[in-house]
Amino acid sequence: MTIQTKLSRRSFLVASAAGGLSLGFTLPFAGQAAAQAAGQLPEVNAWVVIRPDDTVVIRIGRQEMGQGTLTGLAQIVAEELDCDWDKVTTEYPTPGENVARERVWGDFGTAGSRGIRASQQYMREGGAAARMMLVQAAANRWDVDATKCTVANSVITGPDGQTISFGEVAEDAGKLDPPSEVALKDPSEWKLIGQPVKRLDTVGKVDGSQVYSIDHVMEGMLNAAIRRAPVLGAKVASFDAEAVSAMPGVKHVLQVGDDAIAVVADTWWRAKTALEAVPVEWTDGEGTGFDMPRIYAMLEDGLTAEEAFVGNQQGDAKAAIEGAAQVVEATYHVPYQHHATMEPMNATAIWTPERCEVWTATQNAEAALAAASTAADLPIEACDIHRINLGGGFGRRATMQDFVTQAVLIAKQIPGTPIKMIWSREEDMLHGTLHPITMCKMTGGLDAEGNLAGLHMRISGQSILAGVRPEGLREGMDPIMFQGLNHDGDEGRLGYTIPNLLVDHAMRNPPVMPGFWRGVCNNQNAFYLESFIDELAHAAGRDPLEFRRALMADHPKHLAVLNAVADGIGWDTPAPEGMYRGLCQHMGYGSYVAAAAEVSVDDNGRFKIHRIVAATDCGTAVNPQQIAAQIEGSFSFGLSASIYGEITITDGKVNEENFDTYPVVTMHEMPAVESIVMPSGGFWGGVGEPTIFAATPAVVNAIFAATGKRIRNLPLSNNGMSHV
Amino acid sequence: MKLMVNGSVRDVDAEPDTPLLWVLREQLGMTGTKFGCGIAACGACTVHLDGMPVRSCSVQLQDLDETQEIVTIEGLSPDRSHPIQQAWVELDVPQCGYCQSGQIMAAAALLAETPDPTDDDIIAAMTNICRCGTYNRIKAGIKRAAELS
Ligand code: FES
Ligand code: FES
Repeated sequence: MTIQTKLSRRSFLVASAAGGLSLGFTLPFAGQAAAQAAGQLPEVNAWVVIRPDDTVVIRIGRQEMGQGTLTGLAQIVAEELDCDWDKVTTEYPTPGENVARERVWGDFGTAGSRGIRASQQYMREGGAAARMMLVQAAANRWDVDATKCTVANSVITGPDGQTISFGEVAEDAGKLDPPSEVALKDPSEWKLIGQPVKRLDTVGKVDGSQVYSIDHVMEGMLNAAIRRAPVLGAKVASFDAEAVSAMPGVKHVLQVGDDAIAVVADTWWRAKTALEAVPVEWTDGEGTGFDMPRIYAMLEDGLTAEEAFVGNQQGDAKAAIEGAAQVVEATYHVPYQHHATMEPMNATAIWTPERCEVWTATQNAEAALAAASTAADLPIEACDIHRINLGGGFGRRATMQDFVTQAVLIAKQIPGTPIKMIWSREEDMLHGTLHPITMCKMTGGLDAEGNLAGLHMRISGQSILAGVRPEGLREGMDPIMFQGLNHDGDEGRLGYTIPNLLVDHAMRNPPVMPGFWRGVCNNQNAFYLESFIDELAHAAGRDPLEFRRALMADHPKHLAVLNAVADGIGWDTPAPEGMYRGLCQHMGYGSYVAAAAEVSVDDNGRFKIHRIVAATDCGTAVNPQQIAAQIEGSFSFGLSASIYGEITITDGKVNEENFDTYPVVTMHEMPAVESIVMPSGGFWGGVGEPTIFAATPAVVNAIFAATGKRIRNLPLSNNGMSHV
Repeated sequence: MKLMVNGSVRDVDAEPDTPLLWVLREQLGMTGTKFGCGIAACGACTVHLDGMPVRSCSVQLQDLDETQEIVTIEGLSPDRSHPIQQAWVELDVPQCGYCQSGQIMAAAALLAETPDPTDDDIIAAMTNICRCGTYNRIKAGIKRAAELS
């Protein structure tokens, strides 16, 4: 069976335009653009360029940042194209080209584990359409019926056994009208989707030849080091440029916008050295005076506030809790976290009165283009962003494009000279967009048989949308706060049937810049709910797995991943001597995930995580070995937060300025991770983030099993616990 | 001042307190060695100094002379044939890749010292940070490289 899809350029545009509008700029839907993008070679269509030597260049709209999306998306196009995988290479169109061509490559934004799941449909169609055009070109040349031709491995075979390669007909194919209808393969026919093929981008990462944005070099380029006011809303009051103007290599000492100063020198090291010597005074800002006690007081107020946004309400939770045989109550909290990407924020910009171009690592090149255009004071069409693979993103490079704005504001003061601006690690830590701070009061009522009769989950704390994109709020409510706790929908549905349930959020926004941090609100929501479900199970005297299962009869996919990790860890058999187990499940970004952990803890609170079994049902698994890599990596990221991660604020300023005070997991703490990739088919879920949610609850539930001590706030290092 | 980098003697012109990392990146144009923290905490800048792994952000030009052999990721092998590089490609170790130059240099130094490392040897030697979390594949890669050597 094949699936017929109407290729509708219009509907695609409408769907993708929403993303553009949310960036705050209107797309100029200028006439049909015939421009040939980056490759300079005739293209078959926007997605596919085939060179005479049969090299297949697949254009990628989303952004590679380590998660493997580049390879996965190429697999998807190559599948429908029926090309030789060994001849596949990729290239990034620029956002300027995307605008000029009516956003033919869709949304470049790469966040929310969306890379594959939100582009697979139109990219498969792009690959299939290109194949049809190549076949038609061959059929025309042979004067035969295209439907009598077959394709495999970049070779078209005609009805009489004649053959021709893609490279020989590509130019002709590009001149044909695109088909108005394409047939996509049935998943049972897939040869490449589902295969654990090697990444396409590994080689340059093992010999130092991959050029990151921080490595970008241009003729005549100068380097800039920057310091922004460390408190939200603070501005430059004064600075003394003269004090450093004679230092080696220094060319310019500048104010950047109203809140930063920069030194521009021949090398970055000289710029940074001089910058540290510049006397500078800052004004107060809205963050001035804020510290952790004051922030926690705001959040605590929200725990019992009358007013809250309701995210999920079933039955009457408060009445059910009042009438319960046993009431269990607990308050949890999760502190601020930093992305701490390995590559600090940076960008290279060149500005002239006519044009501005930027080379940078961004998760959203269209947002970067909008930022560049605004900072350059030039129309979108006069600007462009050259996309470079990221040295980590994790959300930091997704929303705020402040590094692009700054680089352009510097370059604009030195017209015609390319300027590379790099943040020091300290600058990067002080100007994060932090995983926001929340607390949660959980109240559960058990009936006389130990069944969950009612649950109230009151979240109090900071909204990301309110900080970074208030236009995304719905009548004041931030729907992202309820990730994984929704009653329905395919994005993140609660896996339990709780007859009386209230999940609500009292928004409290301290003056600290929040941001999307890999996993986003799923992280704390899973920690709160899955820890408390464990608490309820123990209060009811029931096995945590059995207690969960009893609530999951109507949630078979959630249950399947939970069962898989329970089997994998051996829940029904005794743990090895000295080992204790915990488990959890959660759904987010369209995927069902579960984890089970095995830990040991000594009398001094020294613990070791020996083993993690993690399962994901992402519906369709494009590249299982890369999904396994994402699962492994997500435990490193998630456990960094659970063991060590905490950003604190004093007088509005972040205290943790480098990895010495913001430690992260290294190989030493990294547990063995057994990944179970179990796609059940029929949907496309994300894989870059979901298993992060399961890291903390599985581990803290195991720590409870080991010690009887319930961890209700993170990180573990604040609970008298340390990793062996 | 002269330095010996990847087998050739190179002239460099920088202040004596300039970190080797920035000499490599900005004076010599060798950007394979990465900046991560600048305080010897992350290992992204790891190079070999007379065969020993060092964090080049914390070695100053004035601490060096041209008799010392500096090897960077660009000089580890001419053709990605070092067993660590082969194993890294075979197991698809890198994710974003930004930390990997440093990881590879640290791993290569370990293997030179300890040709058949145990898990404990690997954990003791490999203290570099990888925010993408490639640690388990790094560990497997070192073991695979030991087989390949
Ligand atoms: S940059 Fe040298 S150890 Fe981090
Ligand atoms: S591969 Fe990204 S930091 Fe290590």
